[in-house]
Amino acid sequence: MLTYTFRRLLISIPTLLLIAFVIFMLLELAPGDPMASMPLTIPAEVKQQMREALGLGEPWWVRFPLWLKQFFIVEPAYWIDSAFGTSLAEGQQRIISFQSRSPVFDTIAQRLPQTLWVVGMSYVVGVLIALPVGIISAYRQYSVFDQAGTFVSMIGFSVPPFFSGVLLIVIFSVSLGWLPSIYDTTHQVRDWNSFVFQLKQMVMPVMVLALQTTAQISRYMRAAMLDNLGQDYVRTARAKGLSESVVVLRHVLRNSMIPVITVIALGIPSIFGGAIITEQIFKVNGLGQLLIIALQGNDIPMVMTLTFLFAVLIVLFNLIADVLYGVFDPRIRYD
Amino acid sequence: MPNGAQAVLDVQGLTTVFKTRGGEVHAVNDVSFDLKAGELLGVVGESGSGKSVTMMSLLGLLPSPPADVRAGTVTFEGQNLLNVSDDDLRRVRGGRIGFVFQDPMTSLNPVFTVGYQIMEPLRTHMGLTKQAARARAQELLELVGIPGAAQRLSDYPHQFSGGMRQRVMIAIALACDPKVLIADEPTTALDVTIQAQIIELMKELRDKLGMAVIWITHDLGVIAGIADRVMVMYGGQVVEQAPVKELFQNPQHPYTRALLTTIPKISEERARRLTIIEGQPPILSAAPTACSFRDRCDVAQPRCAQANPPRYDFGAGHDAACFVAKDAHDAG
Repeated sequence: MLTYTFRRLLISIPTLLLIAFVIFMLLELAPGDPMASMPLTIPAEVKQQMREALGLGEPWWVRFPLWLKQFFIVEPAYWIDSAFGTSLAEGQQRIISFQSRSPVFDTIAQRLPQTLWVVGMSYVVGVLIALPVGIISAYRQYSVFDQAGTFVSMIGFSVPPFFSGVLLIVIFSVSLGWLPSIYDTTHQVRDWNSFVFQLKQMVMPVMVLALQTTAQISRYMRAAMLDNLGQDYVRTARAKGLSESVVVLRHVLRNSMIPVITVIALGIPSIFGGAIITEQIFKVNGLGQLLIIALQGNDIPMVMTLTFLFAVLIVLFNLIADVLYGVFDPRIRYD
Repeated sequence: MPNGAQAVLDVQGLTTVFKTRGGEVHAVNDVSFDLKAGELLGVVGESGSGKSVTMMSLLGLLPSPPADVRAGTVTFEGQNLLNVSDDDLRRVRGGRIGFVFQDPMTSLNPVFTVGYQIMEPLRTHMGLTKQAARARAQELLELVGIPGAAQRLSDYPHQFSGGMRQRVMIAIALACDPKVLIADEPTTALDVTIQAQIIELMKELRDKLGMAVIWITHDLGVIAGIADRVMVMYGGQVVEQAPVKELFQNPQHPYTRALLTTIPKISEERARRLTIIEGQPPILSAAPTACSFRDRCDVAQPRCAQANPPRYDFGAGHDAACFVAKDAHDAG
């Protein structure tokens, strides 16, 4: 397993370099100008000088290796410096956003907590609801509970967050006035009351996103359970005189979790990608919102870095999913 | 064979019905039989004759719905298994009555070690500690002839061959010293060499442990080799029942006779095709009111369509459900 993981990690290096190159060239070929939002009164030659100041005067074969160097060498060096007080990155240029003129990674570090709180929490909540729902739905197939679960899943799949989010705002913020419609990023949890406020402002975005997660994962869980409930080994377990809870929650569940864990692991990168639409609706200034604004402003370093980070996470969690498969299923051996 | 020994298991009038969308299917109809201590009872019949469903009904192993055990009594150790509480039934399953299933490739849970799966009934029914259960599990693997038992306890089912897995299944069924072992076509999924080994093993274990065995199969050759008594099933009913020698020498029911002609003989020339019984076994949508074999029977008479023949006694522990055979017997 270790050899396999190590080999996979090595293979992912060229994969990621290729992905970086493709993203870079796509952005290079895409129309758009970082200066487009500058006032029209600025003369063309001044704009040209500003462009060159941003490094856009150089051809791509100079800028791409430069970005790679900044991403893989300068930024890690900078973080090591700030953690251990060394001076590895001294005098080196970090990746700078066109829009804010501040280092891209500093902005990301500011936005990440909001995204992790809201989107991450929604993923955890969604999975925690989905697993028991899937298990019960399968065990009591075609029961009222199963039918209700299927119906809610269908809604989760088919109703987009720009509808369900706004609907929740209309009901709980406008009509009832129970919950704030805007997520206050500057809010800090200090005592019980501020904690309650934090919960209140998280409830709606978390629920909107959790509905989608629950819809998907509960279907996977149900299907996996149904696959296994009909297996011969379940009859063997019953013939051994084990109680229903042991049969279902140990024998069947252990087998059913194998595919579901993979699906859950593969879904984790999307947390870091933020929830672009939901974050917009509730004004959560997380990573999704950051990416949208960067795209609109032609902030190439920001878009490039964010997109590449997502790619890294996706490659990483694919590897983690494969390794987990090997951990949970004794039939799978990688070495 | 311990003739006249006391019955450990007594089944009377067992009736099981499946409720499907297309109506009811009467899979087991008024089945009665008993099993004596230390006896090996063979149950034969073609696919769909209700052999497996009968045995699964005894222990409530059929999923309900669709299955509905509608009538009958199953007396085992002084209680009626069809009436006891779920907890009591669980104590019997795996504890007092062991079960071995047809396909060893899928009957073991792939994600647990073989040791764990053998230890499970030991810990559930006998309340053994982990160490004691492990020692007993090793003993059981040695008993069923698995070499290197101590190491193999921590192996997973996929690391065993088909025959070895069936040995593991037998070890699980024997774990708590059951009084009765029900083997549902335990050798069907195995090749002939392994089949012979498993049959030998079962004979040996039966003699060593003194339990009663119900052996379900559609292979008469296997039955001839191991059974003390044979029960032939057709259309969810027992059509004939006799000690094994008597059945092979003096079959009464036309279905049993037909079955016996289908056994290929080594002495016959190769070119001959296998003998078959023409037609299909019936699927009963209601309790039978006529002989269910009459459409395929070569001695059928008009009265066979008017009433379902009861099981007539032919003496020497031999009975068969056939009007024609009864008449022939009475005529001498």
